[in-house]
Amino acid sequence: MEWKRFGFIAFIIVALFSIVVLIGQARDPIPTIIISMAATTISVATPLTLGALSGVFSERAGVVNIGIEGMMLTSAFFGWFGAIYFNTILKFEAMPSLILGVVIAVLAGALMGLLHAALSITFKVDQVIGGTVINILAIGITGFFNRQLFFEKNSIFGGNVPHAPGTLPSVGQVPFLANVPILSNLQPIAILAIVLVFISTFVLFRTRWGLRTRAVGEHPRAADTVGINVSFMRYVNVIISGCLAGLAGAYFTLESVPSFEPLMTNGRGFISLAAMIFGNWTPLGAWAASLVFGAAQALQINLQFYRELIPPSLSLLQYPYIVGLTPYILTMLILTGIIGRTVSPAADGQPYEK
Amino acid sequence: MYIKDAPVILSAEAITKQFPGVLANDKVNFDLRKGEVHTLLGENGAGKSTLMNVLYGLYKPDSGHIHIDGKPVTFTSPKDAIANGIGMVHQHFMLIPVFTVAENIMLGSETTRNGVLDIRAVSKQVRELSHTYGLDVDPDALVQDLPVGIQQRVEIVKALYRKANILILDEPTAVLTPQEADDLFQIIRRLTEQGVSIVFISHKLKEVLAISDRVTVMRTGKVVGTTTPQEVNEAKLAAMMVGREVILKVDKKPAKPGEPVLSVSDFSVMDSRGVEVVKKISFEVRSGEVLGIAGIQGNGQTELAEALTGLRKVHGGRVILNDKESTGRPPRQLIENGLGHVPEDRQRHGLVLPFAIADNMMLCTYYQEPFAQKGVLQNQAIDANSRKLIEQFDVRTPSPYVSAGKLSGGNQQKVIVARELSRPIRLLVANQPTRGLDVGSIEYIHHEIIDMRDKGIGVLLISAELDEIMALSDRIAVMFRGEIVATLPAAEANREQLGLLMAGATHK
Amino acid sequence: MAEKEKTSSSQPRISGWLRSGLNTMLVPALAVLTAMIVGGIVIALAGGNPFAAYAGLIEGSFGSLNAISETTVWATPYIFAGLAVAFGFKGGLFNIGAEGQLAFGAVMAALVGYGLPLMGVDLPAVVFVPLTVVAGIIAGGIWAAIPGWLKAKFGGHEVINTIMMNYIALNITSYLLNGPMKDNNPLNVVARTPLIAESARISTVFPDYRFHWGFILALLVAVLIWFILWKTTLGFEIRTVGTNPDAARYAGVNVSNIIIITMVISGALAGMAGSIEVTALNYRHELGFAVGYGFDAIAIALLGKNHPAGVVLASLLFGAMRNGATRMQFNTQIPVDIISIIQALILLFVAADAIVRYIYHIRIQQDRLVLTRGWGG
Repeated sequence: MEWKRFGFIAFIIVALFSIVVLIGQARDPIPTIIISMAATTISVATPLTLGALSGVFSERAGVVNIGIEGMMLTSAFFGWFGAIYFNTILKFEAMPSLILGVVIAVLAGALMGLLHAALSITFKVDQVIGGTVINILAIGITGFFNRQLFFEKNSIFGGNVPHAPGTLPSVGQVPFLANVPILSNLQPIAILAIVLVFISTFVLFRTRWGLRTRAVGEHPRAADTVGINVSFMRYVNVIISGCLAGLAGAYFTLESVPSFEPLMTNGRGFISLAAMIFGNWTPLGAWAASLVFGAAQALQINLQFYRELIPPSLSLLQYPYIVGLTPYILTMLILTGIIGRTVSPAADGQPYEK
Repeated sequence: MYIKDAPVILSAEAITKQFPGVLANDKVNFDLRKGEVHTLLGENGAGKSTLMNVLYGLYKPDSGHIHIDGKPVTFTSPKDAIANGIGMVHQHFMLIPVFTVAENIMLGSETTRNGVLDIRAVSKQVRELSHTYGLDVDPDALVQDLPVGIQQRVEIVKALYRKANILILDEPTAVLTPQEADDLFQIIRRLTEQGVSIVFISHKLKEVLAISDRVTVMRTGKVVGTTTPQEVNEAKLAAMMVGREVILKVDKKPAKPGEPVLSVSDFSVMDSRGVEVVKKISFEVRSGEVLGIAGIQGNGQTELAEALTGLRKVHGGRVILNDKESTGRPPRQLIENGLGHVPEDRQRHGLVLPFAIADNMMLCTYYQEPFAQKGVLQNQAIDANSRKLIEQFDVRTPSPYVSAGKLSGGNQQKVIVARELSRPIRLLVANQPTRGLDVGSIEYIHHEIIDMRDKGIGVLLISAELDEIMALSDRIAVMFRGEIVATLPAAEANREQLGLLMAGATHK
Repeated sequence: MAEKEKTSSSQPRISGWLRSGLNTMLVPALAVLTAMIVGGIVIALAGGNPFAAYAGLIEGSFGSLNAISETTVWATPYIFAGLAVAFGFKGGLFNIGAEGQLAFGAVMAALVGYGLPLMGVDLPAVVFVPLTVVAGIIAGGIWAAIPGWLKAKFGGHEVINTIMMNYIALNITSYLLNGPMKDNNPLNVVARTPLIAESARISTVFPDYRFHWGFILALLVAVLIWFILWKTTLGFEIRTVGTNPDAARYAGVNVSNIIIITMVISGALAGMAGSIEVTALNYRHELGFAVGYGFDAIAIALLGKNHPAGVVLASLLFGAMRNGATRMQFNTQIPVDIISIIQALILLFVAADAIVRYIYHIRIQQDRLVLTRGWGG
């Protein structure tokens, strides 16, 4: 990644941290604030990191995926539903229920990925439209089943909202990690996301699979002429993309909060795409960009603790709605390309026709 | 010669391939002996590429058989062709610009160690191959940084890496300078000496006669005949290719140049990556003359044409069009100043393919009377205009309301030419006006260009076809690496001299 | 695109026109049918009776004069928002931001509608109503102009930017409706504006029915949009840019300007959806009202093949579904949310019309809609 881009990321993160430190230092020691901000940043960046990785796999193979938002939402719902089902109906312990919930979320994401792959590869639907279909379908399916399964009298839960088995615990519960700062505050999916960033980098740039994936995203005909099955490569990568979006979905209902709300993904899928673009379609770059958005959100969260300390001259910062605009405005700013232009895979968005 | 006794290693029998509306290959027979160069000659659309794509497993033939070393084979994908020792160098290179040479070469047949790509082993093998065949390439270079001649070598190495002993070269000289083409011919000879057999596809008669052992001529999907260079000459091959005697010259009266309609001074343009590709050039086009710009593709001609017609930013210098200051003006203003433009890529710039012919016929003037009044389109005027031009320019279409995308290439170009000439223009910029057209359409377009010149319009003709430049131009300017290295009267120019200039030989 | 056989200057005979119209409608109609069948299966799987459900749906949407009146009430904002998205598509732009433009339009219309009387400005209805509606139109136009400008100037992709503008609109609306613009009636706990003045309201056409003049206005606007797109030079420019921007540049069209103009008109239409809801129906703006319109509008535009007449028909269908859903839920206890699934399925089958063509063995080929031209940036 070029210095300009890296500098911009560092600058924004430092600036966002500084605001909280300057306001909060009247009450808390500075290291405490920084550790808290860092932990929140990494944690809330998790769905963005995973979403951006999801985009990287799909788009490196040449399929634009704006359906990540919908894939996340679907997985968030079904992962949550699965965990409750195992916990309350099948009487599993909380922890196995949660883990099985994550598995179901990933499977739901894979199914949505399969749908997107079928639409864009087999039926050659415009990929932006295909992604929009996924997003709308996700809202419909989650809204309907949420109502049908949890609020209707004759549902399997008998019309009572059952108790969720909680959320995945932070790794601080593991004895020898309890005292490691920041890490001890993180939960499993957040850590898995970071591991996946490095695994993805390795897979994409060092393995045969990665070389072929990038080839079908850059010049599918060239790949075809050396005997690579373009459709197969694209299908599998879009399904991988769905799995990663599914894991991001699991974060919302199994790691962040133990509940499901309609539309709870709140644009994270779209912001992930901006992170992917700003990260120049590389896993490491996408992660760095996700941390910027994470920091913007961490600002909003941590300012809540210090609300009464905000000086009157900065009263605008008291309104979470106004502070909450930061990620969205950052996204638009990044897409202008003012901070370093990026180059998408050459065949991104184009169906391959022999 | 030994070639005659060499065994047939590849034979295709009665290959038929039908596309919607076109019989691309009609019972085509073709065979290849070990160590020979067998040329497939034919016009655009004659079916050469279809046959090659069948031989390479990209298309499945509707009927017919392929034998390799006497054994029948069926190819369902290029993988099968590669496994049978067939390699292909496509006209548009099948290289990934952002990959290195080694990555491109190994793609599809990668070497790995513990699951990790073994770039070092591949690089070593590439160096060995380079050495054996005299094909010098650097395995670690990015393909996008290499000149086209070298990219072509990468393609050849890529095929040899896959142990190809049959090499299909599809129009390999189209993008090369005459000197690069000579290098390629040397490589081809070295390959055949090592026992590699070559299928050479071309429509350029001179080089076909120079390199081939045998020549098979195709026309409208059928094989016309197979011959050897010893038995034929250029005119005879041309007649076989087109099906009638071809007049290789364009009849024209001496030019009567008048006032300059375009004068360009110290003109500079950058390409999309910010590299200066047109460097401070100056020239004039007078009314009633054709100024031809000769040059190998990629020496700044495309950017020059785009900048002159307002489609690209001008970096420096001055343009006077029809006595009006026109430097860096938007297309609309240039059009109103009397500019006509036949663009290089007719489908991308020249036409809106899904729109009706009638709409395409007024694409540049839709806002003017009689086509529009107070911002409202006037259907009757648009209809009348299109019917008149279809008649006048002999566009073959059942109705003006057929979408332009449904027309053949020749008819599409006629729509553009008709539209541009129907306006009161003073200068016509024609960029590759006959690329990819059949001989009939080429003759028609050439005739129209000369006709316009005789009516007092200035023509700037840009073409990569030296024959076209020499046939039409009154003066010829040669472009090399963004500069005009020479301007000479067409009467004094000859092929060899132009070829050397195009390659930068006498570059100061 | 579908209209290419009847482009600006053709003078086709009526029978040919009718046939091409029917052909164009065939695939969307079958897409709706297929979606209803799949939706019925979902209802059955969820333990409901699909026939009873659809009977309730039809009864609730067309079963009485009042039901029909309510269907038009539901369809009105769909027509405006659907036209907004369709207009963008014609110019090659994918406006996913109708929701934000609608919300911002509604907020501004409400502000003018209740704010001017508070400032002591007393206007007659003949001035006040248009002024309130226009406030929403302008607000929607501005909201879309921003992504339009970013696209024209920097190549920033409008899909992401219009979505970001949705969230920005949502946050700002939340701030305004919970703060400065909140209805300060002591009994009110909802994030909503005060009621607009009587003289800023659009009246109903008949007493006792909510069928209002806004619906008539929507039909007139649909005709106007058709006229602009196919009968004016501006429309020709917009369609040219939408089909082949390179050729548009070659032809001397100022592509950047057309991109911005297309977005502004698109946003203005969405903004109008908001201001008509405020002036003709709710008489105020309430938080959450705009949610879902943006995505529904995309489905409507695609179902209507981006043609104003198609958009009106699709809007009536969607309006009928939303309206009839309440009766359906009352009769059969199937949650109204099933409508969202059916609408998503309609969009799925319209977008992937190859599926429909395959199922029903249809051979008439239609051109594919192409929007994705990379990410810009």
